[in-house]
Amino acid sequence: MDKACGLHCTKINNISVTIGKDEILKDVSIHVHCGQLTVIIGRNGAGKTTLLKAILGEVKHTGDISFVDKKDNLAKRIKIGYVPQSINVEKHMPTTVYDMFASCICHVPVFLKKDKKIYEEIKEHLKIFGADSLIDKSIGDLSGGELQRVLISIATKPTPNLLILDEPVSGIDKNGINDFYQIISKLKQEYDMSIILVSHDLELAGKYADKVILLDKEVIKEGTPKEVFNSLEFKKRFGTIAI
Amino acid sequence: MEAIYSILEAIIPLEFIDYAFMKNALIAIILISPIFAILGTMIVNNKMAFFSDALGHSALTGIAIGMVLGITNINIGMIIFAVVFALLLNYVKNKISYGADTIISVFSSIAIALGLAMLAQSGNFNKYSSYLVGDILGITETEILYVFVAAIIVYAFWYITFNKLNVISINSTLAKSKGIDVKKIDNIYVVLIAVMVMISIRWIGILLINSLLILPAASSRNISKNMRQYHLFAVLFSLFSGIAGLVISYYFNIPTGPVIVLLSGIIYFATLIGTGPNHSK
Repeated sequence: MDKACGLHCTKINNISVTIGKDEILKDVSIHVHCGQLTVIIGRNGAGKTTLLKAILGEVKHTGDISFVDKKDNLAKRIKIGYVPQSINVEKHMPTTVYDMFASCICHVPVFLKKDKKIYEEIKEHLKIFGADSLIDKSIGDLSGGELQRVLISIATKPTPNLLILDEPVSGIDKNGINDFYQIISKLKQEYDMSIILVSHDLELAGKYADKVILLDKEVIKEGTPKEVFNSLEFKKRFGTIAI
Repeated sequence: MEAIYSILEAIIPLEFIDYAFMKNALIAIILISPIFAILGTMIVNNKMAFFSDALGHSALTGIAIGMVLGITNINIGMIIFAVVFALLLNYVKNKISYGADTIISVFSSIAIALGLAMLAQSGNFNKYSSYLVGDILGITETEILYVFVAAIIVYAFWYITFNKLNVISINSTLAKSKGIDVKKIDNIYVVLIAVMVMISIRWIGILLINSLLILPAASSRNISKNMRQYHLFAVLFSLFSGIAGLVISYYFNIPTGPVIVLLSGIIYFATLIGTGPNHSK
């Protein structure tokens, strides 16, 4: 996989979402470059998750998303990887990591025989995130941190142009969250992709982000973590936070 | 058909197989039970048991509407209604984030009440009351052919879309990000369930059909560690209780449907106990 070159740019232009009579998002525009971690913060109900769903096309919206390769200045079809905040699992459910992963990347139904080639391919990819030993485990039996590793590795195969992550809020301890940010930093350095993270942990967001976007229905403030955290708009919503 | 009959007579040394209706019933069970078992795996994973129950209940309205419209083959009226009802129910379920079970219950009750009222009004109620418990022994050769065609459609769908269904069931936004047309596949899936339920309702019965969908998959889920085992055990349990249920009902003179469900129930509790208390959800 190629290292980030800084020449790919994902432009999210004028996204607005209205559900019923409620305006959830208003004219949100975000530009992200490859090799950059953009963190979206905001209070509960600020429209963070809706924004992700709009980018993924799951929620009806106006505005568009374009992906530009500055090397040849051509707009290309964007590949988006997504790491959900949580998934529908129960303890001991009969879905292994292999079953979940293979379902995402191949067409041979997973209730038939295990596909040896796919199995090795998946294992190889899980290894990057230190999760290869989990391949035959039930997804219901993974710890919060383990599940995040698996979900990230699913989202990055095939390598997307834009990786969108919804940071987990439950079932994961402080170490796990730290781990999560470490993996994202590694991805940022080693892969050619832009990363957008919806964060609920302001402290870590401030530590790792290249750019922070404060969202409250619309983009209230954007800039480096310092700029945003020191802004009046931020203090009005979260108080003062030292970073 | 004759060839299948003689094979059955050759491999089964018991007396019941001499009767044509038993042979037909056996073939029907061998065709129907695996389909319900595999469709059930995702119903259980998606916690849609109540949803599929409502589909079963809507069969009664389907029968009544088919009759009022004077469609001669009652199945056509039922199937059209089933498709509309399933799509509507699915739409409402997805629109409402909380209390989906309430709205499903509302649909289910209305469907049953409407069906009963319409049938009673036309004075035909007794004629159709057999739909409540079903009668697998009444299945004809032509109907077996219908079931066979339906089976092929379901298997083809399952082969092509199972992986996608699996991802949707885990997280629909994740599925979307992998380029899966979530709405379309979800709708085809519920329509298939609805059509299968409608086709089989006269042999299985409204009261029992949901257990045929839920119990084998739920039992299998208790003991399976991956998707391959999940499907395999669900199909085996379903076939076993179906065939054994038919034979037992013949010798003890009990309606077939209830015996099949009782056997499935016993298997469910056996798998639940077999896996110990840690496994209970």
